[in-house]
Amino acid sequence: MGFPDRIERTVELAHPPGTVWAALTTAAGLAAWFGDEAAIDLRPGGRAELRWAGGPTAELRVERVEEPAVFGFTWPIYGLPGGDPRRTYVEFTLEAAGAGTRLTVAESGFAQLPAGVHRAACDGNARGWAKELGELASYLDAA
Amino acid sequence: MPPDAEAVAGQVFAALADPTRRAILAALAAGGPATATDLAGQLPVTRQAIAKHLALLAQAGLVTAEPGERRRVRYRLRSAPMQVAQQFLAALARDWDTPLGALAGHLDRGARSPTRHGGTP
Repeated sequence: MGFPDRIERTVELAHPPGTVWAALTTAAGLAAWFGDEAAIDLRPGGRAELRWAGGPTAELRVERVEEPAVFGFTWPIYGLPGGDPRRTYVEFTLEAAGAGTRLTVAESGFAQLPAGVHRAACDGNARGWAKELGELASYLDAA
Repeated sequence: MPPDAEAVAGQVFAALADPTRRAILAALAAGGPATATDLAGQLPVTRQAIAKHLALLAQAGLVTAEPGERRRVRYRLRSAPMQVAQQFLAALARDWDTPLGALAGHLDRGARSPTRHGGTP
């Protein structure tokens, strides 16, 4: 198995979907558990912003709003340079489970590559580099 | 992720695992294109050893040799493989467990209680 394109977690919460939905999709809710400050325009295509006290800011684009079951957005891949066009898609799915909610978060798109990078990255490499590095190590050891 | 992309990332990590190659790549990143002789002046490694490392790094596509006479060939870092490797790290660095724990704590305390955040993205 290769490195993951998709990361998924499921948690059981002891609160009904409506309560969880509010925590996920309102500025007050998001600021209470996710960012330190939050703003959100809750409609497909709307913008949202999360800020953390340490400095980072994440700009979100709302994609899916199906109250109280599905909330999806895209955001930049944390750790890549600011101008990088790559974004991952995050989707929260809420299912009623007894008196509570089964919440699943899935984030996908880590394996995407911007146009041109894949080809550029893959030309000129290829052959058994590990083997050659081993030969280099032997060469240097013998020197 | 396509297997060849994984191979590219693997080469980046293999390159970074060796202190001399790490120092060569760091010097090229910090100071721009340089010859083996330039690098030998900055690093505690012989020019011959640096030239061997550069040849392998070039073959792996992590640096590229600019046209020039032998011994005056300058090597330049190639960013594309590094961008592939960055994504592997991004997937490993993504933490949903902490914010989901913070969400559960927030809900359990009730909406107006003091907050404990899940950390940065």
